Amino acid sequence: MTVIPAKVRIKEEKEMRKAYCEALMELAAENENIVVLDADLMSSMGMVPFSKAFPERTFNVGVQEANMIGVAAGLSATGKIPYAHTFGPFASRRCFDQVFLSCGYAKANVRITGSDPGVTAAFNGGTHMPFEDIGLMRNIPDITILEPVDTTMLKYLVKEIAKPYGLFYIRLLRKNAIKIYEEGSTFEIGKAVKLVDGDDVTIIATGIMVDEALKASEELKKLKISARVLNMFTIKPVDVEAIVKAAEETGAIVTCENHNIINGLGSAVAEVVVENHPVPMERVGVRDVFGEVGPESYLRERFNLTSSEIVKRVMLVLERKDRKVMECTD
Amino acid sequence: MWGVYMLNKEKIKELEAFATKIRIETIKALGNLGFGHVGGSFSIADTLAVLYGEVMNIDPSNPRWEDRDWLICSKGHSGPAVYSALALKGYFPVEDLMTINKPGTRYPSHCDRNLTTGVDMTTGSLGQGSSLAVGVALGHKLDKKDNYTYLILGDGEIQEGQVWEAVSYAAHAQLDNLIAFVDYNKKQLDGFLVDINKPFSISGKFESFGWHAQDVDGHDIEAIYDAIQIAKKAKGKPSVIVLDTVKGKGWNYCETAPSNHHITISKEQMEDALLELNKKLEEVMG
Repeated sequence: MTVIPAKVRIKEEKEMRKAYCEALMELAAENENIVVLDADLMSSMGMVPFSKAFPERTFNVGVQEANMIGVAAGLSATGKIPYAHTFGPFASRRCFDQVFLSCGYAKANVRITGSDPGVTAAFNGGTHMPFEDIGLMRNIPDITILEPVDTTMLKYLVKEIAKPYGLFYIRLLRKNAIKIYEEGSTFEIGKAVKLVDGDDVTIIATGIMVDEALKASEELKKLKISARVLNMFTIKPVDVEAIVKAAEETGAIVTCENHNIINGLGSAVAEVVVENHPVPMERVGVRDVFGEVGPESYLRERFNLTSSEIVKRVMLVLERKDRKVMECTD
Repeated sequence: MWGVYMLNKEKIKELEAFATKIRIETIKALGNLGFGHVGGSFSIADTLAVLYGEVMNIDPSNPRWEDRDWLICSKGHSGPAVYSALALKGYFPVEDLMTINKPGTRYPSHCDRNLTTGVDMTTGSLGQGSSLAVGVALGHKLDKKDNYTYLILGDGEIQEGQVWEAVSYAAHAQLDNLIAFVDYNKKQLDGFLVDINKPFSISGKFESFGWHAQDVDGHDIEAIYDAIQIAKKAKGKPSVIVLDTVKGKGWNYCETAPSNHHITISKEQMEDALLELNKKLEEVMG
């Protein structure tokens, strides 16, 4: 892993879907077993260039997510390496049994991409707004769940997962991300990236919340609070070592995710913390409610997915940490 | 119409015996266990005999052979009949069947490709085998290989919406290397299809989805064989063979039991079934 944090964190010019398509086209050119499936969202996903370049390796099955997942599993049984895409809610809850059995239980070699995570579904509204996809997917034994944060990480991971055998879920922002990493950065699946070091508290974030976490750490710095920031882009298997280290060295943790706080990143981190080194924790995320329609900026405020919420939770967790320290010294 | 493909008399006899042996080994294994999916295992035994005994290009000593034909038993609860066919073909010892559903077994109620030698696909949640079969057939087309994929569906199973998603796409993709069977034994777990969710014309439905469709007697070896040969001639479209079958076929007690999807089997009942099936075997062998 060689990570170069972005010098300036600004909105990227290139959309995530463009990077996704480019990565798959580069992969397909090198490896004839790469195939792509979609359920009538190929244009939304920006995959038309792929389908033009590799028509025989493109399977747009129409509006049938369950069939798409089964077909992907069947193709993998003949040695193909399928990447199947649809929107997050349809890639997870709509066809959960197919993902669980035809792919997971049957040990198929399949990559599933669920786009438009959480509030980024914006104008498609509550029906299309997955706050539960990580939660569902986490229940499948042996699955790997990834949430690439920008185009550099996305291109790296899309190519990287072509090599190992297994089931992968990519939680993918489709539009423009905030640049977090400079080109040339490399990553290791299952290893969190430490973006900022710190001693007082650790903020563990994924997806669109990584930039918010970095903003929060800058705010906290002004308050003389030293916050460590980890980008936990692999949600399963979660980086146990980094979490335990954070608990031991900083004594307080705040998780941040564009997902329900139930069964998402916060839960995954909490499971590791309570079993290994219990410390006070707070979770920033959607607090067990359904999504709704609106501009993303409104939805971020509506569901408290902001740097100010992170700062607030850090203050709360530090209060609890201080109490704990006082109780111990009493 | 049947008999045109000239399956010789000896072969017919051999396949009838094979089908009876599949039933015998199935009831021995399930009888030893005391319960199991007898009805749907027996109704499909003749088709399994034709496929494994004559039609399919397979090599039991090389179960993952790249050029083999695939069998996906989407009605995964008929696993015991599939395992019996595989054991009789020499994929593994017939004695292994006695471990069905016992702790640590390689032979679970529902087909599992990671456990059983010769099982091509994991099935059990109804409907899913249909999409898996489409994927396998697409993979072979992509590789320009001429493997056939055989898919066995239950008549109750085709109530699942996923089946029709797969059926629709298979026709669109012109998968003439895919041949499906519907085990039309008229009964599902809770009773008769006509009382629960009427099937209407199964072959008609497939036809309207763009498939080549045939209706045959699912216990007539020659008719099943001929239908497969005809299906192979239908180019540019997948084929379905709707098997007119009797649930529990071959064991009178099971055929006439009101509820015969999953039954308990006492020692006496097993003996009764074996008596009937062995008599049939003697008749066939002449």
